[in-house]
Amino acid sequence: MPVQDYEVVIGLEVHSELKTKSKIFCTCTTEFGGDQNTHVCPVCLGLPGVLPVLNKQVVEYAMKAGLALNCKIAEFSKFDRKNYYYPDLPKNYQVSQFDLPIAEHGQIEIDLEDGSTKIIGVTRVHMEEDAGKLVHAGATISQADYSMVDYNRTGVPLIEIVSEPDMRSPEEAKAYLDKVKAILQYTEVSDCKMEEGSLRCDANISLRPWGQKEFGTKTELKNMNSFKALVKALEYEIERQASVLDEGGRIIQETRTWDENRGVTLSMRSKEEAHDYRYFPEPDLVPMVIDQAWVDRVRESLPELPDDRKKRLVAEYGLPEYDAGVITASKDLAEYFDECLKHFKDAKVIANWVMGELLKHLNAGDKDITECPIKPEHLAGLLALIEKGTISGKIAKTVFEGMWETGKTAEKIVEEQGLVQISDEGAIAAIVDQVVTANPQSVEDYKAGKERAIGFLVGQVMKETKGKANPGVVNKLLKERLDR
Amino acid sequence: MSLHKLTAHEAHELLVKKEVSSYELTEAVFKRIDEVEDKVKAFVTITREAALEKAKAVDDKIKAGEQVKPLMGIPMVLKDNMCAQGVKTTCSSKILHNFVPPYNATVVEKLQEAGAIVVGKANMDEFAMGSSTETSAFAQTRNPWNTDCVPGGSSGGSAASVAADQGFYSLGSDTGGSIRQPASFCGVVGLKPTYGRVSRYGLIAFASSLDQIGPFAKDVEDCAQIMNVISGHDFRDSTSADVPVPDYTSFLNQDIKGLRVGIPKEYFVDGMDPEVEKSIRQAIAKLEELGAVCEEATLPHTEYALPVYYLIAPAEASSNLARYDGVRYGYRAEGAEDLLTMYKKSRSEGFGSEVKRRIMLGTYALSSGYYDAYYLKALKVRTLIKQDFDQAFEKFDVLVSPTAPSPAFRFGEKVDDPIQMYLSDIFTMSVNLAGIPGISIPCGLVNGLPVGLQLMGKHFDEGTLLKVAHAFEQSAGYYRNKPNL
Repeated sequence: MPVQDYEVVIGLEVHSELKTKSKIFCTCTTEFGGDQNTHVCPVCLGLPGVLPVLNKQVVEYAMKAGLALNCKIAEFSKFDRKNYYYPDLPKNYQVSQFDLPIAEHGQIEIDLEDGSTKIIGVTRVHMEEDAGKLVHAGATISQADYSMVDYNRTGVPLIEIVSEPDMRSPEEAKAYLDKVKAILQYTEVSDCKMEEGSLRCDANISLRPWGQKEFGTKTELKNMNSFKALVKALEYEIERQASVLDEGGRIIQETRTWDENRGVTLSMRSKEEAHDYRYFPEPDLVPMVIDQAWVDRVRESLPELPDDRKKRLVAEYGLPEYDAGVITASKDLAEYFDECLKHFKDAKVIANWVMGELLKHLNAGDKDITECPIKPEHLAGLLALIEKGTISGKIAKTVFEGMWETGKTAEKIVEEQGLVQISDEGAIAAIVDQVVTANPQSVEDYKAGKERAIGFLVGQVMKETKGKANPGVVNKLLKERLDR
Repeated sequence: MSLHKLTAHEAHELLVKKEVSSYELTEAVFKRIDEVEDKVKAFVTITREAALEKAKAVDDKIKAGEQVKPLMGIPMVLKDNMCAQGVKTTCSSKILHNFVPPYNATVVEKLQEAGAIVVGKANMDEFAMGSSTETSAFAQTRNPWNTDCVPGGSSGGSAASVAADQGFYSLGSDTGGSIRQPASFCGVVGLKPTYGRVSRYGLIAFASSLDQIGPFAKDVEDCAQIMNVISGHDFRDSTSADVPVPDYTSFLNQDIKGLRVGIPKEYFVDGMDPEVEKSIRQAIAKLEELGAVCEEATLPHTEYALPVYYLIAPAEASSNLARYDGVRYGYRAEGAEDLLTMYKKSRSEGFGSEVKRRIMLGTYALSSGYYDAYYLKALKVRTLIKQDFDQAFEKFDVLVSPTAPSPAFRFGEKVDDPIQMYLSDIFTMSVNLAGIPGISIPCGLVNGLPVGLQLMGKHFDEGTLLKVAHAFEQSAGYYRNKPNL
């Protein structure tokens, strides 16, 4: 059967580092980077005899994330030990949460490319400590003569957000991850930088014939280090599972790792080889009792979330749903947009420029909106020049390039490059005369009813003025001249 | 004058009167260690230079007019599972044979503030797993009363050092009886405080929900003084309790008339040494003589304490001891070609057989498919055992029992029979499971070996235990017995 004969079922597990100042169980800094093994102490190194002390800020951030994901916050929650051996885990157990997570039963709305939306269930949010990092003396672990461990990241607080198996395509999975990222950034609990590992994502995926109720056997995919990798890994896995099923084979329940270079998923370990984590309640910490007043306080501290902001942009400024969705997908982009609005009134025009030129340049330069060389008030200044007729929309693109390169204001670029639009009718009329005289054939065509011929003549006038002539005035004068 | 024979409070009086210096006390202790350590083998590490230096510094302070606090300038011993910065801390295990902690346990910090002089680290059963100190990877500590006998365990070195006057007092840890049983075997006072009374920060964990640090002392008054110093809430230990600490010496020299004493019938079982039972009955008679009202009590779930303990403690231990893997510190086996082999070889060679037995027990109890039947069930029964005590304490102020079913046994007698060894903690484990305090005080000799009387109290009511213990001790006078070494 071809791929489209199977229904795809995807669930995601998203790990996000919380941006608290100190680690989850000690006072070491959570700052990214730093010389190896400098952000450590006896507690996060798990030396004999040490004990964890819970950072209350972590609980509050996890509650915030839980509430923003529309979860119910647990009244009683506890930590458990997840036991497994690996050198990046100094105690050889991870303090995590098993049966009583901080938040459960949430859901979020994702935005699909066709403009529709879909509800995805959030099973649970739980807190845990991050592990360290292996540094291999070689390109990969298998080529290395030896490996070293950097424990700076050990004990950085994480939340794991587990979704219901509600996604039906890689695009939906990406849209879900987009929305989760946006929500975490809006609530300011995480930076969500995939390249620094502060946002990580594993995927569970299975196929089933359309109409079948039971889920097919799933595989768990790991090691996707970007949104693109997530989509590619899922697409690959769909093809792989479909061809296994087509050949009458069975999917093996296993963990597979995404090999970015080869563009394939590879088996890591089967269900039989899977760890028995031997979870049990962490005896070094006391259970958490979370009273309603605390939950209410955290709820009140929640900022405007992406969906609300989107609705607000639609309601207040009449933006199309799609535009509002794109702009509010990133908190920083939405802030940029709001900042522009303080200096320029027409929201739709701003949206067009932000979604057009600005995002095009950011994507091409692999830049984040926070690294944008054009300040929002400067972009607003550019749009004001168009509105006033000082420059044409076409020239504005040239001015935008100059602003992007130099960081200067639109006025400055226009002045330096002499790009002010010519709206003086006398000056334009002279050029119109010249062009009409030089192109008798076009004039004849126009008079014979070929309306399109005027386009050519306008183009000639613009060429003569190096694009600076006001197109409205040119059109008007040409028509008057020809219709005379 | 044989300074080493003094109690801590007697030595303190001499310091206050400036009749003796801390340096002299410390030297006297080291002289005693030099004399008897070959026979007793109580220590893993002796910190002579640091101790003498510290004693000098304390003397300078006293000379400068600083007030002499109760434990200031008094030499003492730490069990080798408590971290002292810069001092090797091994848990008597090969796997930590070279581990030097870069930080201090909270109790060590408190002792330092109090001006205590640490003379060394005491031998113990490996990772506190054992009841005879025979599982130590380094030495067999001997009972000062009869060197053919074990000192008890796991804090055997801590108990023996105090009984042999190699320190004025010591600290041990008690997970299932590891302070009280060796205190009983060595004829000293040993107190296991309420869970949460003393910070566990810096105590190398065996079973986190049961471990508690406590004192070994030559008499009850010293015990109260030590409790004053080491007790209290610690932000570094989330399981330590924010409960006010009374002045424990205020419970000394008090009347026990009308005190309600319960005698749990389940603690007087067949197979108990009849001589031990006789000593305990005599002790109970003494309490009655002092005005206490003694009646039979019941703790119906007592028979489950041993199986519950041997599920919960090993389960926690299997996880607590996972960090000893040869990667970062401690013993790493030679010649491993890959990570898994390094783990396996380091742990196989680094741990002794009792520790391995308990890691396997605990791993099994937590394994998927067995968790509910073993670990979870054990937690539920633990709650029943706690409720037994809650109910008993509605009627009684303290409960009284033998500390151990027999006096000290001979080397090799039980070490190859785990069940027999585990049974020597049969009267002490319930106290840890319930989290309540328990104290063992000398109550006589059987065939030249000490017998201990155990008193069990309500949560955070160490005061009443000390009150009863002191009244009994002062009246019966057994604490004056000394071994002939």
